[in-house]
Amino acid sequence: MLPTFTYVRPKSVTEALELGATEGAVLHAGGTDLLGCLRDGVFRAGKVVSLSALGELRGVARTSDGGLRIGALTTLSEIAEHATVRGQYLALAQGAAAAASPQLRNQGTIGGNLCQRPRCWYFRGDFHCLRKGGDRCYAVNGDNRYHCILGGTACYIVHPSDTAPALVALGAQVRVASRSGSRLVPIDEFFVPPARSVQRENVLRPGDLLTEILLPPASGRSVYRKVRARGSWDFALAGVAVAATVTEGRVEQARVVLSGVAPIPWRAAEAEALLTGRQLDADTIGRAAEASVAGAQPLAHNGYKIHLVRGLVAETLEALA
Amino acid sequence: MTDDRKYLSRRAFLESVGVGAAGATLAGVAPRAATAAVQEEGLTWVALRVNGRSHQLLVEPRWTLLDVLRERLELTGTKLGCGRGECGACTVLVDGTPRYACLVLAVEAEGREVTTVEGLMRGEEMGTVQTAFVEEDAFQCGYCTPGQVMAAEGLLRRLPHPGPEAIREGMSGNLCRCGAYKHIFEAVRRAAELRG
Repeated sequence: MLPTFTYVRPKSVTEALELGATEGAVLHAGGTDLLGCLRDGVFRAGKVVSLSALGELRGVARTSDGGLRIGALTTLSEIAEHATVRGQYLALAQGAAAAASPQLRNQGTIGGNLCQRPRCWYFRGDFHCLRKGGDRCYAVNGDNRYHCILGGTACYIVHPSDTAPALVALGAQVRVASRSGSRLVPIDEFFVPPARSVQRENVLRPGDLLTEILLPPASGRSVYRKVRARGSWDFALAGVAVAATVTEGRVEQARVVLSGVAPIPWRAAEAEALLTGRQLDADTIGRAAEASVAGAQPLAHNGYKIHLVRGLVAETLEALA
Repeated sequence: MTDDRKYLSRRAFLESVGVGAAGATLAGVAPRAATAAVQEEGLTWVALRVNGRSHQLLVEPRWTLLDVLRERLELTGTKLGCGRGECGACTVLVDGTPRYACLVLAVEAEGREVTTVEGLMRGEEMGTVQTAFVEEDAFQCGYCTPGQVMAAEGLLRRLPHPGPEAIREGMSGNLCRCGAYKHIFEAVRRAAELRG
């Protein structure tokens, strides 16, 4: 049985923003992560504010500039199956399809997928860790086989989303609404690494609501690949989203974004720089794969992720060549 | 412990006002006096549509659809497995698509069409997926079977003729501890055949 809470279902975004800003309020989109967190006591909720009546936050539509607008409450299933997403933003369709299980994708939303809490078993378990306001990260000296090899400082979570790396590769923006208005945030700036805060994973403040995701007009090709310990469904051990424009074998621009290995979707900047302007041949691919793990600092039990990322990046680039 | 006692007392209270009686289908509007009294107890009315029947129920917001199906409506075909959206034993259809009932708040199912394994029956006759599971011997202990059946039903409504890969993918959110997967996949293929 879940702990007690009150429940409200606002009829408009304005009303949701009012209610969301009240003491003890948490937002309920698909609810798949929220209910797990409440059940496990990861955090508490005095009031659950359901977004399910906000139809305007659902659906995929063309924007006037030729890009795409995805309402934050659009389910992962809808995105995975959407013809335009599959045709022009393949990495996102693949990321949505690779997340969770069919049942969870039918319920889980893209907004929720970006805002889900980490899966670190100390954070989810009965440990008062740094991210829950405690004084230490138990993964440092504990079982850290699924933890990060890049970007860890004090806390060593990995960001669990499969759609986030695709959206970063595709150069998306997200709209964040609050009672004082709304703002567009480049998705590169949406996620918060532990060096900036160990208590939140994104820039959202209490009372903020992620309302939509905006994709620029499609250019080039993109792909997302994910490796998991269990074939049927699981979080990523490592994954990579690549969005690239390749003309006659030469890379004009490329974004390489890793999942499952860092506390935020991780742009492999050295790999991107190395690829840009070069022929996408075996030599370039080998060097880019090596560069993708530049600066990696594995913990005691997750050194395998370095090899995994190298192989994954090489295979993914080969498929694009 | 405290939570359990509170829960039991609320349940007793519910039954004392006569709306929590198992399986009761109340037509029309809830009694006003009772509404005012129970809302102070943190209960709220919810209108659910399950297997084609409408129900007006008093629920706590924290009760899941699974809690309400099993404990209030006595539709015990839907099973509690992990209770955390990992095993699929509680799979039901919400507006025709498979979901984990343990991760859906009952209040969130308001206005949706919920279908449980009981809803696949045509009188005393089993539905096509159930028939196929029997024909193909697609279970051992049977505990995961209602969830498997509902996942298959949802898959076939979306994709009437799935290939082997689509079947594996469509059934990937359901665990079978006995490992009857091979027969389960065969049963889904057979169910597609039976549906024509």
